[in-house]
Amino acid sequence: MSEHIVPKKIYYRIFGALLVGTALTVIFAFINLGNFNIVAALLIAIAKALLVITFFMHVKYSSRLTKLWVAVGFIWLFIMLAITMTDYLSRAWLVYRP
Amino acid sequence: MALIETETAPERIELHAEHHPHLAHHFESMEQQREAGTLGMWWFLLTEIMFFGGMFLAYTVYRHIYFDAFAAGSNVLSIWWGTFNTAVLIASSLTMALAVFHAQMGNSRKVVRFLLFTIILGTIFLRVKYIEYSDKFEEHVFPAGDFRWPIEHEANRPNNVGDMLLMLIGAEPLNSSPQGPEHAFSVKVTTKYAEKGPYYGVGGQVPEEVQDPGFGGHVRMYFWLYFAMTGFHALHMIIGIGLLLMLAWQARKGKFSREYHSYIELTGLYWHFVDIVWIFLFPLLYLVDRHL
Amino acid sequence: MSMTPLTATAGRLTSEGEPLNYLNNGHGLKSWLLTKDHKRIALLYLFSVSFFFIIGGIFALLIRINLLSPEGLFNPDTYNRIFTAHGIIMVFLFLVPAVPAVLGNFLLPIMIGAKDLAFPKINLLSWYCYVVAGIFLTVALIAGGIDTGWTFYTPYSTSYSNSNVLLAGVGIFIAGFSSILTGINFIVTVHTMRAPGMTWFRLPLFIWAHYATALVIMLGTPVLAITLSLMALERVAHVGIFDPAMGGDPVLFQHMFWFYSHPAVYIMVLPAMGVVSELIANLARKNIFGYKFVAMSSLAIAVFGFLVWGHHLFVSTQSIYLGIIFSFLSYAVAIPSAIKVFNWTATLFKGSISYDTPMIYGLGFIGLFLIGGMTGLFVAALGIDVHVTDTYFVIAHFHYVMVGGSLMGFLGGMHLWWGKITGRMYPEYWARAAMVIQFVGFNLTFFPQFILGYLGMPRRYAAYPPEFQVLHVLSTAGATILGLGMLITIIYFIWSLKNGERAPANPWGASGLEWRTSSPPPTENFLETPVVTWEAYEFAPIETMDVLGYPGDPGKPSQPVPAEHGTED
Repeated sequence: MSEHIVPKKIYYRIFGALLVGTALTVIFAFINLGNFNIVAALLIAIAKALLVITFFMHVKYSSRLTKLWVAVGFIWLFIMLAITMTDYLSRAWLVYRP
Repeated sequence: MALIETETAPERIELHAEHHPHLAHHFESMEQQREAGTLGMWWFLLTEIMFFGGMFLAYTVYRHIYFDAFAAGSNVLSIWWGTFNTAVLIASSLTMALAVFHAQMGNSRKVVRFLLFTIILGTIFLRVKYIEYSDKFEEHVFPAGDFRWPIEHEANRPNNVGDMLLMLIGAEPLNSSPQGPEHAFSVKVTTKYAEKGPYYGVGGQVPEEVQDPGFGGHVRMYFWLYFAMTGFHALHMIIGIGLLLMLAWQARKGKFSREYHSYIELTGLYWHFVDIVWIFLFPLLYLVDRHL
Repeated sequence: MSMTPLTATAGRLTSEGEPLNYLNNGHGLKSWLLTKDHKRIALLYLFSVSFFFIIGGIFALLIRINLLSPEGLFNPDTYNRIFTAHGIIMVFLFLVPAVPAVLGNFLLPIMIGAKDLAFPKINLLSWYCYVVAGIFLTVALIAGGIDTGWTFYTPYSTSYSNSNVLLAGVGIFIAGFSSILTGINFIVTVHTMRAPGMTWFRLPLFIWAHYATALVIMLGTPVLAITLSLMALERVAHVGIFDPAMGGDPVLFQHMFWFYSHPAVYIMVLPAMGVVSELIANLARKNIFGYKFVAMSSLAIAVFGFLVWGHHLFVSTQSIYLGIIFSFLSYAVAIPSAIKVFNWTATLFKGSISYDTPMIYGLGFIGLFLIGGMTGLFVAALGIDVHVTDTYFVIAHFHYVMVGGSLMGFLGGMHLWWGKITGRMYPEYWARAAMVIQFVGFNLTFFPQFILGYLGMPRRYAAYPPEFQVLHVLSTAGATILGLGMLITIIYFIWSLKNGERAPANPWGASGLEWRTSSPPPTENFLETPVVTWEAYEFAPIETMDVLGYPGDPGKPSQPVPAEHGTED
């Protein structure tokens, strides 16, 4: 068996980091950053998700193939969101211009 | 006698005699079997990403078009419950990871214990979700029912950890003074945004052909997405808890060992994925424009 | 019972003295319905997919019958239900599963030298999902049908249609599960279960195509699932998420729907392309020209296929700027498709071509797919698309790709591997005749539709101006001929099960691992895990090959013949 056993200590640290991340999300939500509120919220969420994926889900210790597939999943999601939002963002340029 | 054996065709029994009892016949080694399982689980999770992705897409589009209504809807949710649940779910991810750790060490008793912790935390999460859903029904913001906006009578919301613990066991919170309209977020929010009128994106104006259902209609759309997204998430939690119960039962009966515990690992991957979905749902649903 | 020593390939015998293979290893309904053998599951799929193909074909003929007269023979409401039934059945119950779930299921493990797919139980579950989906859709049809078209466009499907949209939605959701389970199996199997020596660039192109298909299935299908779930919820709750009257955007539904349904076109055609690569290489007995390019073009099609869905939305309120990008990207998909067509053609050059049925299906595929692909460029052009959107031009275009491409590929593959699957050869004469009849019938059906569409005949209309009647009658005549051709194929396939010649292990002198095991293969595919030491499509001179495809040792009997024992057959 070639599985990597992650020390317990790391799990506890990641747990701490995730709690801190949650607290930060809430705190940032109450500060008015204008358009950057959503950016901050998403950046923290992405960081938290990465921690879970990397350590809890052992991707750090997995094959490159696993890493590639995880990336593919999020890239595809991004493609779908980005292209569709392009539609909604650029529609107004032509149609609804006053 | 159904079969005739020949000298050139070795019996399968012989071929597999030295193998682990949990090795399926079509795999060459435990290593290969484990790899296949992990890869399969990851690919299943990719489909899950795209499944939730569809809802995230709808959310992004309508949040873009009806930002104010989304902000209004979001402010109705209890930030205390939301944060509490996020912490609970993260904790359950920790206990799940530890269950996997002990499975890798071959420590069956601790596996069972941590699986049970995970199940308990998952159940607490669902209990909170149930409280939140009932509040939404009470406030008439369930989109498929008798939807009313603005909210006329707000349900109790916890203001501190003690309240939350009391409400979890079904008791009344200590400072359960019904909040007057001046405190009600929904009213505050509606007044704030009512002056601005509906919002149609960059440089947007309401095109004439759109029969605008009004601000309330857009808030309803927010709640529709809220219920759809958290509902599908909760469904995944329920499935996950079912799987964990099964695993805990099997682990107690000693099915798993140092060499063979891939089901625990795979269920762990699934559980962490459900956690990740929530990590995104929390800021997107609970924290829109909180800084009033 | 005589104990007869056998050749190495045969392994064991049944009590009747027949060589033991996956077909006679276990009898009775239970041994089929609970089987975990990928080959048997492929046959279950073949049976059910063919059943729905016939049903879908009957609906196609009903469409054509209706259009014989300008007023339409059925009332428009019935007609709506007929073409919807045709579309849903053909897309979700035939085209999507046809090649991967039948040929892919059967051949993928054998071609890479594995004993089975990675998750046999999940494979069986996939078939059960398919059956349940089929039942849901059948019930939806019997209970009055669906009148939305297979695209379920909102808000008609969510607010106005009073047909069985919910039932159909659930059915397609479950059919999606069936695809996903097959897709997981393919990806994992190709990654983890290749035989020793079977490197990625030794894989047959069939495998590459199925791998690419599985990628598309896995990344696209869940989006369809959530889209249909949202549609179903919307139909129940009427919150207006896709309803412009309530502030929703129906174009969002179209975005989400086509995010799956355009790649789904590649789910349908990519595996068929894999089949055609095998047909061309094996029947021209020549290594495929530019193997790596063909392999990579499959992946490129899978990736590009995800970036072009918006060309279905050119005449919606989709942003015109995005339309330009989608138009450009749609042109880009032509590149990998053209690579394949060019490379197949180049493979034929100086090959020793035998014009057996599989090969003529392959050639048919190339020709028809070419027309389908080229007219695809017409409709991908923004300006022309405004003129031809929702006309018969589009209908003709995608039938050239779907029927001319996928169906030709499927039938070509069925002929190539029929001997491998059933142990019996099909009758060559009838097969060629049927192929020619189908080819003629197909072109007669759909070529007039290009003209009809160009002249402005809209799709999904039950009636039309009288000047279109000639072309419509031609088209109906073609459909009848096509149907006849299909009928012949079905009949001789069934006939050959009992009466066909015994298939040798390698009737075509083909390369590939599936030809190195007996026909039909034993349950575990190979008695020993094969070790691959040769490149893909390496052909030995035909004289030096024995029936198993191994160089040398000619004259070995094609089937292990047990010693004669008079009492048994």
